[in-house]
Amino acid sequence: MTQIRMRVNGVVESLDIEPWVSLLDALRDHLGLTGPKKGCDQGACGACTVLADGVRINACLALAMQYADKEITTIEGIAKDRADTHPMQQAFVRHDGLQCGYCTSGQICSAVAMLAEHAAGMPSSVTPRQGGTQLTDDEIRERMSGNLCRCGAYNGILDAIKDVAAQEAP
Amino acid sequence: MSEKYVGRPVDRLDGRAKTTGQARYAAEHPYPDLAHAALVHATIPRGRITAIDTEAARAVKGVIDVLTHENAPTMKPPPAQSLLNPSTMVTGTSVNYLATDEVHWNGQPVAVVVAESPEAARHAADLVRPTYEELPAVVDFAAEEPNATPQKSSAIRPAATDKGNAEAALAAAPVSVDLRFSTPPHSHNAIEPHATTAAWDGDRLTVHESTQSIAWLRSHLAQRFGVPQRNIRVLSPYVGGGFGGKGSVWAGTLLAVLAARATGRPVRLALTRAAVYHTVGGRTPSTQRVALGAESDGKLTALIHTSVARTGRAGGMPEQITAASRHLYDSPNIRLRQSLVRLDLLPNTFMRAPGESIGTFALESAMDELACELGMDPIELRMRNEPARDPVDGKRFANRMLREAYELGAERFGWRERDPRPGSMRDGRWLVGMGVASAYHPSFQLPANVTVRLGADGGVVVRCGLQEIGVGAATAQAQIAADELGVPLESVRVEVGDSELPEAPMAGGSGQTASAAAGVLAACRKLKRAALDLARKSPGSPLRGVTSPEARDGGLYQGSRGETYAAILTRAGRDHLEAAAGMGMLRFLAKAVRDQRRWVKAACGAQFCEVRVDRDTGEVRVSRWVGVFDVGTVINAKTVASQLRGGIVMGIGLALSEETLIDQRTGRVVNASLAEYHVPVHADIPRIDVHCLDEPDPTMPLGLRGVGEVGITGVGAAVANAVRHATGKRVRDLPITLDKLLPL
Repeated sequence: MTQIRMRVNGVVESLDIEPWVSLLDALRDHLGLTGPKKGCDQGACGACTVLADGVRINACLALAMQYADKEITTIEGIAKDRADTHPMQQAFVRHDGLQCGYCTSGQICSAVAMLAEHAAGMPSSVTPRQGGTQLTDDEIRERMSGNLCRCGAYNGILDAIKDVAAQEAP
Repeated sequence: MSEKYVGRPVDRLDGRAKTTGQARYAAEHPYPDLAHAALVHATIPRGRITAIDTEAARAVKGVIDVLTHENAPTMKPPPAQSLLNPSTMVTGTSVNYLATDEVHWNGQPVAVVVAESPEAARHAADLVRPTYEELPAVVDFAAEEPNATPQKSSAIRPAATDKGNAEAALAAAPVSVDLRFSTPPHSHNAIEPHATTAAWDGDRLTVHESTQSIAWLRSHLAQRFGVPQRNIRVLSPYVGGGFGGKGSVWAGTLLAVLAARATGRPVRLALTRAAVYHTVGGRTPSTQRVALGAESDGKLTALIHTSVARTGRAGGMPEQITAASRHLYDSPNIRLRQSLVRLDLLPNTFMRAPGESIGTFALESAMDELACELGMDPIELRMRNEPARDPVDGKRFANRMLREAYELGAERFGWRERDPRPGSMRDGRWLVGMGVASAYHPSFQLPANVTVRLGADGGVVVRCGLQEIGVGAATAQAQIAADELGVPLESVRVEVGDSELPEAPMAGGSGQTASAAAGVLAACRKLKRAALDLARKSPGSPLRGVTSPEARDGGLYQGSRGETYAAILTRAGRDHLEAAAGMGMLRFLAKAVRDQRRWVKAACGAQFCEVRVDRDTGEVRVSRWVGVFDVGTVINAKTVASQLRGGIVMGIGLALSEETLIDQRTGRVVNASLAEYHVPVHADIPRIDVHCLDEPDPTMPLGLRGVGEVGITGVGAAVANAVRHATGKRVRDLPITLDKLLPL
C-alpha cells in the first residue's frame, strides 16, 4: 500500500492504494465517485473519460499513482459552480444526447475538453491542411469517436456540442 | 394547461441524474464489508473438469474464497419453460453453474473467486487451474448447417408457412431471383457490462442488478435459491443499455448471489467486457434463402424464405427470422421455413428485433435484386405488392401506412434525384448509391400492474416496476398520467426499477410502453371516478350533480363547474386517493389470443440510405439517412426519435462492421472486446432524419406501438441496396466489408 494525495474536483483526497490500482478504480471504488463509468477497462469505449489538468484521458488506462500531482476533474466536478450544471450537461438533456446514460459522463467530459483542444488549435485527422479552423460536424464526429454510445445518441450529442460551441463563440 | 403532453418533445426526466453522474448503476451501490467476485472461464468447448487447482488463487492476499463445483452450495436447477409463467422464459442457459463438472461451451464459468478487492479477485481468478477431459465439440455453424432440423412452432409464432405452391410458381415465373444470404453472430455490447451487487440478510436477499426483467429475475432467483419471492428485492433504477442482452438470467447474476450466500458477505460481480462475451448469449448467425418470382409487371407470384439459425446444446432462443415475410408482400404462393442446428457454444438469446433484423436483410435485399431484374424502381415494386390484408391468413392490419411512409420518405430523401443505373452517380472519388428497404416489427403488449396515488397537495405518484433501460420509459408514463388526470407534468413522479413496486413485464419485444400505458390509463380513470364520487358526496362541492367532468387544470370540471383534486381531498379530509390496475396472466392471454385472431399489429417504416463507396479502397460510408415510420401515436417526440435513430445506428453496425468471431477449432470468441468488435462510432453516423406518421393504432393503448426494435429492421438491406446501386455489386454476406467489394 502506498499513500498518495490527489486533487479531485478541487478537493485534496488522500488514498491508500496498491500501485496497480487504475485511476478509474481509485475514483469509483476508493473515493466513491461513480460518475466515471467502466465500459471496457481497456481504453476502447471512453466511458471512463475524465480530465487531468484539463486534458481528457481514459481513466481506465491510467494508474492512479501516476496522477498523484494532477488536478482530476470528473463529471461530478465539471460544472464551475457545483450547485449548478455545466452548459454541456444542460445541452445533452435538451438535445437528448443520451439514452441509458452509461456513456454520458464520458461523452460530456470528452466534449468539454475537445472544444478546448480545438480552441487551442490542435488539429484532428480530418482537419484540412490549410485554413482548417472551423468546427465542422465532421471535426466534432472525428474528435468524439473515442466515446462509444451503443444506444446511438450520436446525433443528439453532436447537436449538444454544437449548441455549446455556439454559446462559447466570441 | 389544456394542451396535451402526449406527443410533445419533453426532456427525459432522468436527464439531470444521468448527465451529472448522480445516477447509480448496479455496480455502484456501496455496502460496508463489500466483497468482490471474478469469474474463471472454461477454456475448452465441451468436456469434464477432472481436477481444479485453487491453491495459488487462495494464496493471493485478500482472497476470501474460491468456489468451484467441488465446494459451492448447490442451486436448484433452472425451471422448465412454460408460456403460462413468463418468468420461465428468461432462463439464459440450462447449466446449473458450479453444481456440475460438465463444460458446455468455451467460456462457461467454472469457478468464482471472492476477494477483498476487485484487483485481487481478478488476479486470483487467473491463477485457478482446471484440468479437463475434452470431448468432441461441434462449433462450426457453416459445417453443421446441412444437419439442420425444422424449428418448432410456438403458440404465437409459426415456424413454417405454406400458401399455394411456391416452388412451382417460382419455376414458372417469367422473372425471378433465388439468392442465398448469411449473417454472422452479433453481441449486444451495452456500454454497461452486466453487474450484480447481492446482499443476504438471513434468508432475505437484496440484489442491485442491471436487468430488463426485474420481476422475472426475482421469480427466477426465488426458485433457484429456494426462498419465497417476497424475501427478495431486486433494484434496478438505471440500466446501462440492454438491447435484449439483459433480458435473461445469466451466470454472473446467479454466481454473485451464490457467492454472497457462500461467504456471508455482500458481493459485487461486475463482469469484464470479455466475461460478457463468454457468459451472455448474443444474436444467432443465420443462412437464408430468399427466392422471388414475379410477372413482368412486378406482381409477385412466389415468395420463398427459409432460414437456418443456431441454438446452444445448453439452451438458446429460436428466432422468427422469416416472420416479416409473412406480412410484407402480397403473393399467391408463399413458403416459409425455419431450421436450427445445435452447437456446443454459449446459447444465443434475443437481441434487438430478433428475427426481423436479419430476416429483413435477406428479404429486402432480394426485393431490390428483383427490382433490378425487372428494371423497375424498387419503391414501385414494393407498392405494387403492398397487401390490403395479411397475405397469408387474410386478417386485417390494425393500421398500416407503409405506402404513406414511402411517399413521404421519397420526398424527404430526394429519391427522384436517383439515377437507377448502377455506378452512375459519382462525387469525385466516391461512388454514390441510394437504397431503400422496409422496416417491420410486430407490436406486443403484456399485462402490467400500476398504482397511481393522488395527494391532497396535488402531487401524483405513478408506481410501476418497469425497467428504465434508456428509452425514457418513466418520462412517457408521466406524460400519459398528466394528460389523463389533467395535471401539470411537474406534479407527476413515476417510480420504477424496484421489485417492491407493482409488477411489470420485462422490457422486451418493444412492448413496455404500451403495457404500462394500459395500466396507467386504467388506474387514472379509476382515480378520477373515485375523486368524483368523493366530491359528489360532499355538500359544498361544485361537482355535485356533475356526471361526466373533464380532467383539466389539476382537477375535474364541467364547463365552469368544478374544482381541483386538492380541494376535493381537503374537503373530504383525505390526504390521498389511490387506485390500482392490472390484469392476471390467464385473462390477459385469453384476450391476446382473441386479439391475435382478428388483427395483425405491427410497426413499419421505410428506410432510405445514401452511401459513398471509395472507388479505390472499397470503403463504405453512410452519408445520409431518412427513416419514416408508422409507429402509431408518438408519446414523446424527442425520445421516440432517439430510439428510432438508435435502432438505425445499430443497424448500420449490423450492415457494415459488426461480427462476433468464433474460433472454429475451439469455439472461443476471439474478438471479445470493444476494440475488436466494431460498433458504430460518432464518425460512422451521419445526420439521421426520422419522421413518424403519428396515426394512432386503434387496437393499442392510446394508439401507441413500441419503437424500440422497428428502427433496426430493414437497415441492413437499405445499406446493401445502396451499395449495390453505387457499385453494381450485391453483397449477400454481412457485414459488408471492403474485401467483399474489391476490386471495384
